[in-house]
Amino acid sequence: MTPEPGSTLDRLDRPDRTSDPWGDRTPHGRGTGWPVRRDQVLDAGLTDADVDTWVQSACVLCSNGCAADIAVKDGRMVGIRGRPDDRVNRGRLGPKGLYGSWPWASAGDRLTTPLVRDGGELREASWDEAMGRVVETSKRLLAEKGPLSHGFYTSGQLFLEEYYTLGVIGKAGIGTPHMDGNTRLCTATSAAALKESFGCDGQPGSYADIEECDAVFLYGHNMAETQTVLWSRILDRTHGGDPPVLVCVDPRSTAVAEEARRTGGVHLAPAPGTNVALMNALLREQLEHGWVDDTWVADHTFGIDELRQVVDPYTPEHAAEVCQVRADDVRRAAEIFGTADRVLSTVLQGFYQSHQATAAAVAVNDLHLLRGMIGRPGCGILQMNGQPTAQNTRECGADGDLPGFRNWENPEHVAELARLWNVDELTIPHWAPPTHAMQIFRYAEQGSIGLLWISATNPAVSMPELGRIRDLLAGDQCFLVVQDLFLTETARLADVVLPAAGWGEKAGTFTNADRTVHLSEKAVDPPGEARPDLDIWLDYADRMGFTDRDGQPLVRWRTPEEAFEAWKECSRGRPCDYSALSYDRLRGRSGLPWPVTDERPDGTERLYTDHVFPTGSDYCENYGHDLVTGGVVTPEKHKAMGLAGRAVLKAVPWQPPHEQPSTTYPLLFTTGRTVHHFHTRTKTGRARRLREAAPSPWVELSAADADRIGVSDGDRVRVESPRGHLEAPVRVTQVREGTVFAPFHYGYWDVGEGAGPDGAPRAANELTMTIWDPVSKQPVFKTAACRVSRVERSG
Amino acid sequence: MQLAVYVGMVHAAEQTLADSFRQVGDGHAAESDVAHMCATLAGWSDDHVRRLHRVADRYGEMDVAEPERLHAEGLSETREGPVGLLRDLQDLYLLAALVQSSWTVVLQAAQGVRDHELLEIVEHCESETDRQMTWLTTRIKQAAPQALLVAS
Repeated sequence: MTPEPGSTLDRLDRPDRTSDPWGDRTPHGRGTGWPVRRDQVLDAGLTDADVDTWVQSACVLCSNGCAADIAVKDGRMVGIRGRPDDRVNRGRLGPKGLYGSWPWASAGDRLTTPLVRDGGELREASWDEAMGRVVETSKRLLAEKGPLSHGFYTSGQLFLEEYYTLGVIGKAGIGTPHMDGNTRLCTATSAAALKESFGCDGQPGSYADIEECDAVFLYGHNMAETQTVLWSRILDRTHGGDPPVLVCVDPRSTAVAEEARRTGGVHLAPAPGTNVALMNALLREQLEHGWVDDTWVADHTFGIDELRQVVDPYTPEHAAEVCQVRADDVRRAAEIFGTADRVLSTVLQGFYQSHQATAAAVAVNDLHLLRGMIGRPGCGILQMNGQPTAQNTRECGADGDLPGFRNWENPEHVAELARLWNVDELTIPHWAPPTHAMQIFRYAEQGSIGLLWISATNPAVSMPELGRIRDLLAGDQCFLVVQDLFLTETARLADVVLPAAGWGEKAGTFTNADRTVHLSEKAVDPPGEARPDLDIWLDYADRMGFTDRDGQPLVRWRTPEEAFEAWKECSRGRPCDYSALSYDRLRGRSGLPWPVTDERPDGTERLYTDHVFPTGSDYCENYGHDLVTGGVVTPEKHKAMGLAGRAVLKAVPWQPPHEQPSTTYPLLFTTGRTVHHFHTRTKTGRARRLREAAPSPWVELSAADADRIGVSDGDRVRVESPRGHLEAPVRVTQVREGTVFAPFHYGYWDVGEGAGPDGAPRAANELTMTIWDPVSKQPVFKTAACRVSRVERSG
Repeated sequence: MQLAVYVGMVHAAEQTLADSFRQVGDGHAAESDVAHMCATLAGWSDDHVRRLHRVADRYGEMDVAEPERLHAEGLSETREGPVGLLRDLQDLYLLAALVQSSWTVVLQAAQGVRDHELLEIVEHCESETDRQMTWLTTRIKQAAPQALLVAS
């Protein structure tokens, strides 16, 4: 059935969304509002009448940030429904949200008590004993080695209030620059690209640009699997009147690629590691064909001459040769961009986790700047996030950056924070670039970081070169604290394990990839002695006795709402201004996109509508980098550029990837996601329907490579790189020839007792390289040389 | 004309810098970013040496005694550990500074002889030397606190 725009589809009885991830279409024409569709799932046998209460929240199983209500019965979470009045999802939820949101909470293997390591084994302990060990180690290291002995590695899964509290403890309590989140693996390049082009983090566009655009470019973004509800939103346009044309850049022939072909667009499948060559050709075509808005460029940008020079050699033919695509396809994609009035661009891991990541993502910004397509409806740039609360990790200072997008090289910004927290400016680490995750782990490996505190993330599966990561986490040189819901692969290596409360078991806010802030209320109590992450860090701060300059407690809040109020003051006057938001304003209504100020009490749909960018030297978040080396632009050079609100155009030549195929390792290994799982499956692997839909890993090969190696569908193969190997059954798919794909979700928690393999390895990151982008410091997961051999024929 | 002397000098200095970048990259292979970036930046200096051949064809290249004492020895071996890394990066910075100031001298001469091709080559190479030094400064700043205060 095809409903009219604005009508409502009732999906209560809808069967399996694991095989129908996008659900029914609600097609509509350009410029009309996205219709409501209500998605809901309850535990088997329950109906609405059985639900005691519905508690407001938003989904945390991808970065889309779909508003939802949690169903509660007898003090347990029993279901979920989308909130129809919300700007993000208009009632919809994806399969992960529908099936994976709450089953984990009552799983039998939840951590319900702290654990400490004695004689090599973890045993149950009281909070006093566990925190006692943490605090004793912490105080000893501070006395012996000082603040640089401490490292914190957090997540993109916690709440704003928790990140801000952690940020204050780390930056003003201890004073260490060694803080980062697993957002380094998923969205660091998003933030870096926005800072390079516009002077500051913050998505320029809005999801509502989908309703207004006449072309959508998806760069390395398999949206159909990573953000299923956002993809539904695009499908509702491509199936409605006056649909947009899609262009897909992805080495795999995904559902996005199919839709690109169906809508008359293009699927470009560049060889892994060649994105920059392709982007330079797209930029060059805009210049060659006069599709550039010269007046706008002159008024609002800086750097056009240098960009022109850099991209000049990248003819469509040259790019075709480097990327192994058709020159005509490059021309056609460039023409679509150059002749459309309103283009929406979205970018994700195919760019962020690949070679020359920041440079490729910046080139997307460049394309929009060349055509003056920014700050108006339909002309969005979504440098997407990979996780639901990654934006808050970036805003609040739980990663390396200073809170409120402040610039660590700007003394006035540091002074603002010192005043706000009433601490000495030199306490706040700002003398060097913040330490990124890969460097934190290197210091932990060397033992100069003697206490590493990991919260809500699982690097023993998600980081590159797992053999190395497991060794350094297991070693005696660094005391490891892990705070999580379950005994993850990482927790199994810890010296102290702290049981945390999860989503629905605590309150807080978080912000999605189009800056929309949602409130997630507490629905149920956590099990056993598990505690909210906020409470754990407050307890640590109390026990450590962190004080300000007047001897008063440094962290003065006790509740999530008080933490939010403190954050509002920190954000005031900065681009991510939350000052006119409150818990009350977020209750019972749609989420609101920041900045939310007294002048803009209902938030801000799009940034840069006045084409003034936050690039001024006194306001910007950083001064920019050399995109090839990562060398930082000095304050003096930045001031000399005289940007005064102009955006920056930057381009660099393509360079070959770090590891090239060779005779020994003739193929390129790339990793990615599946629609049924999130991250390392800590939650989704404990939801029956998602587990059954994708129970175990696989490897994808092209038909040509499968023939050459002599394997067919279902055969078990060994994939090996210079660093490690995995074994899994083969699927012969449309992946491009020469490329081997494996999903990165699968580790070892559900197949053994250890942190690593007991038998044949199966984690994709056994093979990946320890190397990162020079600017964003995001590890490169998409290009490693490998070889494939058969282990066993399928039965 | 003494230009040939400086062409010879900058040639030698660039070659030394290229070799030293490689030496440091190989010697600190466990610092993955250093290893890869040193390889990239060594390639830049290799490219400068190639471009200098075109200059040498026109102006000659002389290795005379006088500037000999300005020749820097390359790094014959790398040091170990975090402080060793810091010292090696500093040595690279000093070599790069010698290259940069040599290019400055040649640049002045290129303007004097009104040689556009030479000017283009020198400006290109000098700007890349500047970027090599910027990366070194950035990496030194990052490494210094941990190396000097905490690492054993």
